[in-house]
Amino acid sequence: MESGSTADLIRESLGPLLSGTLRGTIPLTVISFVLGLMLAVVIALMRLSPVWLISAPARIYVSVIRGTPLLLQLFIIYYGLPSIGATVDPFPSACLAFTLNVGGYASEVVRAAILSVPRGQSEAALTVGMNYPTTLRRIVLPQATRVAVPPLSNTLISLVKDTSLASTIQVTELFRKAQELAAPTYEFFTLYAVAAAYYWVICLALSFSQARLETRLDRYVAK
Amino acid sequence: MTEPTPPSDDVLLEVAGLRKAFGDNSVLRGVELQVPAGSVTVLIGPSGSGKTTVLRSLNALEIPDAGVVRIGEVEVDFSTRVDKRTAARLRALSGMVFQNHNLFPHLTVLGNVTEGPRVVQKRPPDEVRAEALALLDRVGLSDKADQYPFELSGGQQQRVGIARALAIRPRLMLFDEPTSALDPELVGEVLSVMKDLAGEGWTMVVVTHEMRFARQVADQVIFLDGGVVVEHGRPADVLDTPAEERTRRFLHRIIDPL
Repeated sequence: MESGSTADLIRESLGPLLSGTLRGTIPLTVISFVLGLMLAVVIALMRLSPVWLISAPARIYVSVIRGTPLLLQLFIIYYGLPSIGATVDPFPSACLAFTLNVGGYASEVVRAAILSVPRGQSEAALTVGMNYPTTLRRIVLPQATRVAVPPLSNTLISLVKDTSLASTIQVTELFRKAQELAAPTYEFFTLYAVAAAYYWVICLALSFSQARLETRLDRYVAK
Repeated sequence: MTEPTPPSDDVLLEVAGLRKAFGDNSVLRGVELQVPAGSVTVLIGPSGSGKTTVLRSLNALEIPDAGVVRIGEVEVDFSTRVDKRTAARLRALSGMVFQNHNLFPHLTVLGNVTEGPRVVQKRPPDEVRAEALALLDRVGLSDKADQYPFELSGGQQQRVGIARALAIRPRLMLFDEPTSALDPELVGEVLSVMKDLAGEGWTMVVVTHEMRFARQVADQVIFLDGGVVVEHGRPADVLDTPAEERTRRFLHRIIDPL
């Protein structure tokens, strides 16, 4: 009877948890990662600027993002913004917070990856007539990508799990869905275990994609 | 062996009063030189003599502190602030071959050669491709067009570097120790391509330690030491009967290192 009802509970939870994943966790991750990465490139380029007025704000930004808890950043945006008159719904608030967070962390990865491309590459680009933006786009960033993929995969995989924090500001994602389902039944262990399995499967899929992407990007590198 | 095209009187490249310091270290202390159109100039000199810095000043990879560089109609005075546009205008006139080739590893051999003409000069893709293939054929690598640089030997990589530099249709070609990073048995294939270019009448400035190349191909040898031109003239004069003691000592060390 007891084990039967647990099996039923798992079976009944699969659908709602999947919906929490597809409507909450995954869109939150994808939006925040894509926007965060764009922000990261901008911040990395700012930090690499020889002009102090450009590099200093980027430095401070990274320091603040890395030096404060993600949960706090989430709360400041969700609860703090209304106090200055800007009310934002839970989902966009979470997207904003995670984007800003990813932007800070990933900018350091992007910066290191850009610096890993030998100086001679930029010089060769200059001698075939390229200016700085074209050199970045055609020569430096494609090569930096290869270097950045493993650490950025780490960032992405962390982000998948960090989105569970959005449950604290009423975003219905995977973890919050598990909480909601568990509450009336008191079967916390079972439902959290199922939720954990969902997270793990997503991260497993990402790890596989990472390996495939790395192989693809390594095609021009001597083995 | 083809005779190098005799230099015309028309001076294509002119350098005057070139000065450059890295911190307290004065690398160039007023370098003067002239390169007639269609001639080959070889820069020699001990390590730290400033020969690479001179070469890199010719295409503004290095911005000298003072001095004038003129290539054709484009004259740049480095004693005033040189903006990016001016540097780019000067740079567009020369093709550069680097010691470590600096090929773009993520592009195929053909991609390396077409990158400048296609992306920067925005010439028609078909024309660029045909010209690039012809250039690769000229350096003996038409069968490697679709390979990546890492699949090539050092000598082949350097020949691609030459094709890439030629592809931007420069007025003169700069070579920065093009064979110094190569295994000895690969040096010949690169020098022979350079010799062919000289035979076709290309204006070339070459930093090298290959004295045989200087002797056979150069119209002018310039010996630099301590950031100044110590001696310059026809290869036979500078290499066989140097007027300056410093030149003699340098050549002696090169010919008989032990």
